Amino acid sequence: MRIRIKGARILDPGNIDDNKDIIVKDHLIEAIVDPIFDRKENGTSSDIETIDATGMIVVPGLIDIHVHLREPGQEYKETIETGLMAAARGGFTAVCSMPNTNPVNDNSQVTKFIINRANELGLSKVYPTGAITQGSMGNTLAEIYDMQQAGIVAVTDDGKPLENSNLMRRALEYCKGFNIPVFVHAEELSIADGGSMNEGFFATFWGIKGIPNAAESIMVVRDIALSELTGASVHFCHISTKESVEAIRQAKKRGVKVTCETAPHYFTLTDEDVKDYNTNFKMNPPLRSEEDRQAVIQGLVDGTIDLIASDHAPHSVVEKDVEFDRAAFGIVGLETSLSLSLKLVHDGFLTMAELVNKMAKHPAKIIGIQNDVKPGNIADLTIIDPEDTYEIDPETFKSKSKNTPFSGLKVKGRPFLTMVNGKVVYSK
Amino acid sequence: MRFTKKDILDIESLEPREISMILDTAQGMKEISERPVKKVPTLRGKTIVLFFQEPSTRTKLSFDTAAKRLSADSISISKSSSSIVKGETLIDTAKNLEAMKPDVIVLRHPSSGAPHLIAKRVNASVINAGDGIHAHPSQALLDMMSVREKKGKIEGLNISIIGDIAHSRVARSDITGFSKMGANVCICAPETMIPMGVENLGCSVSPNMETCIEGADVIMMLRIQKERQDNILFPTEREYATLFGLNKARLNLAKKDVIVMHPGPMNRGVEISSDVADSDSSMILEQVTNGVALRMALFYLVAGGSRHADSD
Repeated sequence: MRIRIKGARILDPGNIDDNKDIIVKDHLIEAIVDPIFDRKENGTSSDIETIDATGMIVVPGLIDIHVHLREPGQEYKETIETGLMAAARGGFTAVCSMPNTNPVNDNSQVTKFIINRANELGLSKVYPTGAITQGSMGNTLAEIYDMQQAGIVAVTDDGKPLENSNLMRRALEYCKGFNIPVFVHAEELSIADGGSMNEGFFATFWGIKGIPNAAESIMVVRDIALSELTGASVHFCHISTKESVEAIRQAKKRGVKVTCETAPHYFTLTDEDVKDYNTNFKMNPPLRSEEDRQAVIQGLVDGTIDLIASDHAPHSVVEKDVEFDRAAFGIVGLETSLSLSLKLVHDGFLTMAELVNKMAKHPAKIIGIQNDVKPGNIADLTIIDPEDTYEIDPETFKSKSKNTPFSGLKVKGRPFLTMVNGKVVYSK
Repeated sequence: MRFTKKDILDIESLEPREISMILDTAQGMKEISERPVKKVPTLRGKTIVLFFQEPSTRTKLSFDTAAKRLSADSISISKSSSSIVKGETLIDTAKNLEAMKPDVIVLRHPSSGAPHLIAKRVNASVINAGDGIHAHPSQALLDMMSVREKKGKIEGLNISIIGDIAHSRVARSDITGFSKMGANVCICAPETMIPMGVENLGCSVSPNMETCIEGADVIMMLRIQKERQDNILFPTEREYATLFGLNKARLNLAKKDVIVMHPGPMNRGVEISSDVADSDSSMILEQVTNGVALRMALFYLVAGGSRHADSD
């Protein structure tokens, strides 16, 4: 059985940018061929299924390296199944799951459970991340090598910073030995001081305790220093402030092995959008000022920010339909990430090729996989409809949770089809 | 003119003409408390729930007295007696209260925005009796009432507010209210107690207390909340009193007919010296008296029938 994706522009930066057809056989890309304009050239192909992708862009499968799947432990918010259905609908052929499940993914048993469950489902793929410390408690190292053998691609205590600088240093050194990246949730808790939104006029106006930019950048600067000390790679999650962007920019200039991501909400919204105690605008780090938003865009433009990840954080009404300061941090993002990011292309900040790098190629590189669109490679592909304009409606989400600040927002461009291992897992 | 607001959530959501209407109504209510029989039948048959999830003596008693003087039935629930301690969410508690058909719910809550959260979900009018560090509209309104009563106007007056602005819902509501009504509001506190961007609420920030109160018509002292600070905002009460306490010498920098206010409870010898608190300039007890009249006015305006039931 073969599938022919025809009529599309194939865009894999550094590899191909051309109007070609892709022939997929079983789970592999079999060939990339000149478009056929005459159906008859298909020959005897009753065993070939055609996907008409005229006007679409075929890109390497998008990868979201920052996703909370919630299973095991919080299945009422999301399961591996609903999370991966959301990923597929969002155009992602793979995601990295965060380890803050219950129990925490700090051992190979939990890692295997996640991978086995994902394999059974045959939807988008999961590359789990494991905890740095046991229980993500910040005290003792977890069995990182054992988890790596089971399939984790990175370690992180996401949601919690590693406060002990010496332990962080040792974690970096230890991971360097296995060539496993460390993802950092950069937050200095004493200065964040239990705040719920960005410190500034709007926090003052609403009477909400603020989190200053320095809560993030202090830790970014610390971990740049630790990366320099140890020579280990550090990847900063969800960068939101101009100070962090600048610190990482300077570190990269010095040749420090740091990379970073931001999330679509940080280049789309600001703290001015936090209104009427709507907890769907509460996430950590918080929405920052317009100046920060601009700095994040600039960081994406000049390459300081390597990639876009959604920090998909499903929460139910139990956590969200409460007082603002008591509400859980986080928003869902898998099913809005591509559309929101495409705005950067429509607005002329990024080329489509740059966006593909930030949503497919760079994420793959960070976690050490290869997703080039080449004959012989696994057919993990995303087909993007760059022109389709629609209004975001949380009721259409496959995710179990609907906690998005983007309800009703009009966006342009969306996933048209998602293919994993040669199988269509989502089609509009 | 009709009062059409269903809820009193904060000062931001009130138009200046609505504020004036509330103050006028309150002024009319004041006389009721002077009568030998301090009760009118205006809100007979109305049910008012006082839902206080934070400790309060004066505000709760003031709302309760106001309700009773208008013949409404008032019922109090506090945090320890409510199902909140059993893990019920605020929205569920509010919906359960709503099921008993109250006309007004007065809510005090430690989280900013809590009254806004329930106001959207209940038909009863919601009056915010203080939410987190956000707003305390009835306090600001009674402050405006007291100033207007004494000075005959609010517009053009110099109002100085001294103290922990960052953690004070009274300060936020007063700054917004007085500046909305045309006063010049100046605030002063240690830098640790000045929230970011506060000048955009409509006030200026003074570097020291002397500058702030020079030429003031009104000085409002805020309570130092001992339970909130662990010596990280200022070192000692002694040093605080030296820099930001209101004493006779500082009072002389203000206008001769200055009035001194304090939302209470006072820390004598810290933010205000006893001789100032007990001086002729002090309006502190008058504020408490006006508080009852002001809250009667709020009950009357939201539940007394002048508001169209379907206007919201």
